[in-house]
Amino acid sequence: MPRPRRRRIVTAKRGFTLWALCVFAFLYLPIAVMALFAFNKPSPAALAGFTGSNVCDIPPTQLGNLTVWNGFTTCWFNVGLHDPTYIPAILTSARIAAGAAIVSTLLGLGAALALARMNKFVRVPFDSLVYLTLVVPEIVIAVASLIFFVQLRNYVSFFPPLGAWTVFLGQVVFGASLAMLVIRARFVGMGDTLEEAGYDLGSGRLATFRQITLPRLFPAILSAGLLSFTFSFDDYVLPAFTNGTTNTWPIVLYSAVRFGITPAVNALATLMLLATIVVIAIAGLVLRRGRVSASIETEETATAPVAMR
Amino acid sequence: MSSRGTDSAYDVEFRTVTKRFGNLTAVNAVSFQVRQGEFLSLLGPSGCGKTTSLRMIAGFEQPDEGEIVIGGVDAVGTPPYRRDVNTVFQQYALFPHLTVLDNVAYGMKQKGVGRSDRYQRAREALELVRLTGREKHKPSMLSGGQQQRVALARALVNRPRVLLLDEPLGALDLKLRKEMQIELTRIQGEVGITFIYVTHDQGEALSMSDRIAVMSDGVIEQLGTPAEIYDRPRTAFVADFIGEMNFLEGTVSRTEDGEYDVTTAGGVVVRARGEATRGQAVKVGIRPARMRITGATDDGVVNAARAAVDTKMYLGDEVQVVATLGDGTQVVIREQRAGADAPHDAIRPGDPITIQWDRNAPVLLAETPTEQQE
Ligand SMILES: Nc1ncnc2c1ncn2[C@@H]1O[C@H](COP(=O)(O)OP(=O)(O)OP(=O)(O)O)[C@@H](O)[C@H]1O
Ligand SMILES: [Mg+2]
Repeated sequence: MPRPRRRRIVTAKRGFTLWALCVFAFLYLPIAVMALFAFNKPSPAALAGFTGSNVCDIPPTQLGNLTVWNGFTTCWFNVGLHDPTYIPAILTSARIAAGAAIVSTLLGLGAALALARMNKFVRVPFDSLVYLTLVVPEIVIAVASLIFFVQLRNYVSFFPPLGAWTVFLGQVVFGASLAMLVIRARFVGMGDTLEEAGYDLGSGRLATFRQITLPRLFPAILSAGLLSFTFSFDDYVLPAFTNGTTNTWPIVLYSAVRFGITPAVNALATLMLLATIVVIAIAGLVLRRGRVSASIETEETATAPVAMR
Repeated sequence: MSSRGTDSAYDVEFRTVTKRFGNLTAVNAVSFQVRQGEFLSLLGPSGCGKTTSLRMIAGFEQPDEGEIVIGGVDAVGTPPYRRDVNTVFQQYALFPHLTVLDNVAYGMKQKGVGRSDRYQRAREALELVRLTGREKHKPSMLSGGQQQRVALARALVNRPRVLLLDEPLGALDLKLRKEMQIELTRIQGEVGITFIYVTHDQGEALSMSDRIAVMSDGVIEQLGTPAEIYDRPRTAFVADFIGEMNFLEGTVSRTEDGEYDVTTAGGVVVRARGEATRGQAVKVGIRPARMRITGATDDGVVNAARAAVDTKMYLGDEVQVVATLGDGTQVVIREQRAGADAPHDAIRPGDPITIQWDRNAPVLLAETPTEQQE
């Protein structure tokens, strides 16, 4: 009796493992293929007529079929990193995203702290508004921002024309809401006993905030910043409406795709993927330090009543 | 040692302090004084306002009425960080991102004590609470009892005028609790700082305190030494809350020469020392250990009552008998089993017995706490 049952469980387990592998393959195979083809050579036909030393110098229109594997080369990384349109666009996007992430996080932090102390009649409407910016389709915010920014310039002379600044402002709307949610989730779970302990030991409000509240919120602040950075960096819809003549990386990439792209794009994407992995790993390490103490802290309060009786 | 001014005989004084939360009165016109260097316990059931009282001394809550005087100065309105008072929180509230040593040194850092000086003093404080070798650990790596010691060191190292402890041993298991009770009394004796100690464990309060304030429903029912509270409880609530008590209800039938008689409905005459008003309906209490079982069955004697045994239970050195008096009142008698007390061992449920007590055993109990000052 128990034997076939055990075997059935094992089979089921294997089935689930296989299923999980399929899901992972579905998620990550495209990325793996993309990274692999960053090292692809031009087609043999193109190479046959080429006499230079660097195979990547072949003009994009004469590269031939790049959807099949032609051989290994690393020269696309060099091409990508010296591209006259890609690199400035990436830098523009990075600058906007960094600015948006910093400002969003600061605004989100302020809002989270203020909301925790507000009375219900102010907090609930404010909270709903914040959620609203997250659930309203981005296209709506994009169109609204475009109209608003264009109109505003008619009344406020120093308001910047459509460009990097307006992209940044539009993205802060979403980023700040996102940051507030992330920070607030942590702040609400914290309770204020530790702050009271700070006051009790003679540190004033500011000192307590700096020495107690801020270090404990740090993991949440870090994740809020990273999240708003990512959101802003690869956002297409909002910049497409409010960019004016500024080209962000997603916009450049999208227009490039329509004319066919070279493996140089794969190379840049692979580099970004690497950068992301490094950043996430560092953030993970930093957060883990915070989380170890945080989790034990909550565990402590959870087990205390049990230990009492 | 006491470099801080001795400008008042009391370290903390409540003057008719009232605190309300909405329409709930958590602390109701409470007055009491805490002497310098005293170990005072606030004892009472859950929700009686102990924590609220403590938080008002610490400065986390402000009273709605009355004054709180700390070291001779009215402290109402002074924020917690400007009070010469430190708290040991129930859940310790150690800073999880700081090491043990930094936790303990935190208060001194705020006061601007130099780095090497404050670490030196923090180490001494950790020695005082017998926790050494863990300075560089984070609090989360310590056991409950060790965290408790860190919390204590962190508060004590500042040498406050008053140390407030809110059920500091509540989260510890029984053995560790007993150990820490002894530690706490030792430390208090060594540092000589006034302790105000909140607990709902009467045993803890009795064994550790110089004086106990028994609270109920936002008022102090009685404030006195452990012996006073135990032997001379003023109200039925105090009598019942501190240990077991048998209650007899009746009318004062005679008063004479500093003695009075109370006759119950069942005809039992309780004669006791003290003052009472003739004709008044009163309640007297007698501790189970102050009652004896005798073989005699003579009627009409004062301080004796006939009863029928309900249950008998051995508690090792003691035997506990529950019996019912003629008028249906149930009483508990606890007697030492000194040597071979054959008569007691022979008692069976249903047996008739006679219970006796001395005339200094009964205490006259008031229904409500009368305003009392020592
Ligand atoms: N911040 C608050 N808001 C509203 N009511 C409160 C607040 N703090 C305390 N109370 C109420 O005041 C009363 C006294 O509370 P308190 O915490 O002082 O009790 P306690 O004696 O410490 O009880 P316990 O032994 O359970 O800790 C309780 O009824 C409680 O519900
Ligand atoms: Mg309490």
